[in-house]
Amino acid sequence: MSGLTAMARVLAAETGTRQAICTLRHLHVAARPIVLVPITLAGETNAPLAVLVGDDRDRPQLIVTNRPRVREERLRFAERLGAELLLPIANLARRTEVVPTTRRTTTVRRRAVEAPQIWVPNPAGVEFLRLLGRMTRFRSTVGQWAVAPSVPTLGIWATWFAEQSEFADSSVLVATTQALTAMWATGQSDLEDGNLAALMAWIDPPPGTSAADAAARAEDTIAFPPAGPATDPQFDAVVLEPALRDLDAAPDDQVRERVLARLASGLRDQMQPTWDRVWRAIDLLDAVPAAPHVAVRWERDRERFYAFADYLNTIGLPQARQDGAVRGARRLTDLEVRKSTFDAQRAYDDALVMAEYRLSGEAFRGIVVDADADRVVRPSSRRVRRPLITVTTRDPARLAPGDRELRDPQRPTQEAAVIDVESDGAQTRIRLELSGGLGSGTTGPAPSGSVPAVGDVVTYTRLKAGGYTHRGTFPNREDTPWTHGGPPAEYYVPTSHDAAEDWS
Amino acid sequence: MTSPAADAEAAFQRIIATFTSSAQPGVVVDSPPGAGKSTLVVRSSTQLAADGEPVMVVAQTNSQVDDLVARIARRAPTLRIGRLSRADYVPSPDVQRPNVQVSSDIRKLADCAIIVGTASKWVWVTEGRWPWAIIDEAYQMRSDLLLRIAARFDRILFVGDPGQLDPFSTVETNRWAGVPWDPMQSAVAALLRNNPDTPQERLPVSWRLPPSAAPIVQRAFYPSTTFTAGTVPEERSVHLPVAGVGAAAVDEVINLASETGWGFYELPARNTIRTDAEAVAATAAIAARLLQRGTETVCEESPGGRRLTADRIAIGAAHRDQVAAIARALRAIGGAASQCRVDTANRLQGAEFDMTIVLHPLSGRRDATAFHLESGRLCVLTSRHRHACIVVGRAGIPELLDAHPSVEPVHLKSLLKFPDGWEANQAMLGHLGQHTVPAL
Repeated sequence: MSGLTAMARVLAAETGTRQAICTLRHLHVAARPIVLVPITLAGETNAPLAVLVGDDRDRPQLIVTNRPRVREERLRFAERLGAELLLPIANLARRTEVVPTTRRTTTVRRRAVEAPQIWVPNPAGVEFLRLLGRMTRFRSTVGQWAVAPSVPTLGIWATWFAEQSEFADSSVLVATTQALTAMWATGQSDLEDGNLAALMAWIDPPPGTSAADAAARAEDTIAFPPAGPATDPQFDAVVLEPALRDLDAAPDDQVRERVLARLASGLRDQMQPTWDRVWRAIDLLDAVPAAPHVAVRWERDRERFYAFADYLNTIGLPQARQDGAVRGARRLTDLEVRKSTFDAQRAYDDALVMAEYRLSGEAFRGIVVDADADRVVRPSSRRVRRPLITVTTRDPARLAPGDRELRDPQRPTQEAAVIDVESDGAQTRIRLELSGGLGSGTTGPAPSGSVPAVGDVVTYTRLKAGGYTHRGTFPNREDTPWTHGGPPAEYYVPTSHDAAEDWS
Repeated sequence: MTSPAADAEAAFQRIIATFTSSAQPGVVVDSPPGAGKSTLVVRSSTQLAADGEPVMVVAQTNSQVDDLVARIARRAPTLRIGRLSRADYVPSPDVQRPNVQVSSDIRKLADCAIIVGTASKWVWVTEGRWPWAIIDEAYQMRSDLLLRIAARFDRILFVGDPGQLDPFSTVETNRWAGVPWDPMQSAVAALLRNNPDTPQERLPVSWRLPPSAAPIVQRAFYPSTTFTAGTVPEERSVHLPVAGVGAAAVDEVINLASETGWGFYELPARNTIRTDAEAVAATAAIAARLLQRGTETVCEESPGGRRLTADRIAIGAAHRDQVAAIARALRAIGGAASQCRVDTANRLQGAEFDMTIVLHPLSGRRDATAFHLESGRLCVLTSRHRHACIVVGRAGIPELLDAHPSVEPVHLKSLLKFPDGWEANQAMLGHLGQHTVPAL
């Protein structure tokens, strides 16, 4: 936990109100999000019991596994969930547009006009989708263990969503508790914040109730059933267990129908409050203005969504059980590059996020006290414009002469290098040499606004919020070196063994 | 009984013989702290290059590369040495030698007998294949980096210290836990898991660690190997010409460390923020006092003794904000003390000093996380010194450890690392407990 977040929490506890830790929202909120509230059966890994799913808050679709202990029924559950989810996904994937080309990317690419966005209550909901994907994506649609075609397709999409959510900058699958705690600090612990009911009680208490009282009340699991996927043991003992027993003992279909209806209504009661809370959380977050880079990141999400839908239409094989060596290495680099870009974009967009970096010395804000905007030097055969500015700051900047590639979010194409640093304890004077973003040519004054003027407030940081990042080369899959076990197979093709695999 | 020098020489000959004749394309050499790892790299590269085939040396950081270039160029003044660098690299004076050629393009270094570059620079070399490669600090290198450069070489010698910090990533994922080519593990771990027959050699003598430290470090951090100090107690000693002032604890801990090689400056138990003002002040004060007292060190390199200077003192901490706070405190004291090297464990890896002062990673903490428990962190901090190591910390660390056993999940098929951080911390504290000087 960073210093500012810790302070926001102390303030929240002290004042009894939520404290914003960002001034803007850094998460995309889709116009028509899909909400998915899953619950599972205790005792087995990811055995689905029911979900509430849909994009209409007033008409959630309830899908209940008819006999949760019977494994074939779980595949039928996946089929019914597929019927709900796959149609909107397919519709979105069909509406595409051309990505405008830039100087760097001249190849014509397409992207979806809109991508799906799924909200689950908490990180365990993401894990539910990941495991559901693992259980279903290798199933065969022919042969002895045949399942409906929508089952493996749902598995492939569930895996895609879960894998995307590992990337810091992706908004296609959102864990509600994480989205909320990224925006607001509460006066309670991380563990308590992990409970959606308690978290929402703190962030958005009912009128006339203090946040702490509302959160304390939310600890009652009868009135505030857990957000799942794990169920409340009391619910298991009082409602679920008798219903399952009656289901097994039912003498005929009529009785079974009645028991199922009773079970479905009990399950709905467990999930409805969470469903409402997730929608309320979406409203709260939607009301916060979005940061400028949110749209940029969502465009990339739409591009990746279309690219994967296209892969599914052309090659369509499920994601392998584990990454090969090259794929793993590439993915790790992607994870790291996208996280650092995301962190930088948040800081560029949001003064409160930048304040964290200023506190830790990785950024500083100060006032320009001296500027030589028209300085031209001749380091080699060519004359180049290299303005000098002097900035004074009270931030605890950790800089040394020679540090390069500092940027000011107001002029992201311009780089600054530290010439010297003088500190008298309270105040630091930093002399910077600027390059780039100064127009072309070296005669006459620098273009107006391209160099900070005396009196301007500037912020410099090493964070880099965009542009192209060089990653170097990776070997091709077939050139995987001996140190990493040599070349693996190109795609994982599911076998009959996968189709017969147990669900657990 | 053979002498340490003879043992080390025999190990070197064995390593060269294995590397040049083994059926396996890779050989691993484990090196305890200060066992002459760089010397091994310098000697083996020059010896192989003298036989006529080019040798590629891969290190992890630019300063490691510069250091190796200078040492290789001094040892083999007749060989052409290439320094593979980024385009805007400015060679340090040590690298500017007649037989050293600097370029960012491997093709321009084609007539060099030895080419030295960082692993991240080698990633940009997209074609060509060379017969011999030596990878220095291979335990600091990440598996995905090795994947990207391994195909450039026929045979690779991996040299590194297994007790140091594992490579890290800015992202957290269990996605690859247990997979043999997990890109987050170290290069050596990936190599050994995919090629279990790879020969493993080790260097048997620590030339850096004094006899007072080698057995302690070996027991705490390298329980499954053996190594000895290259010196005997009479060869290393510390003298304090200026006597301590009364019973001041700072002087007392310096006295104790100069006699026994270890000191633990114990502040009263308290939970503090990371930049604990008292601990920071004590750490800085010990460094300043060491210099004020005109400390002299006697060792095999200077049998007549030499004055301890600020550049021979290192101060290590776990976090960058602690480093910044200690550096500020030293600047406030002023004088030579502000020239001491203050750095995090990560950045002190591979470096060597006469005296080290360590702010204990667990001092004042309320909990012991995996980060603070990592055995490599404590190992780096307590094995940089040639004479003595003084640890600063708050009382209550053993109780903190007892309250926080390791709870990291164990994944199927993933390598278990011995010793675990909890155990290593206990072993080290057990030893420091006999060298405690309470503050006040």
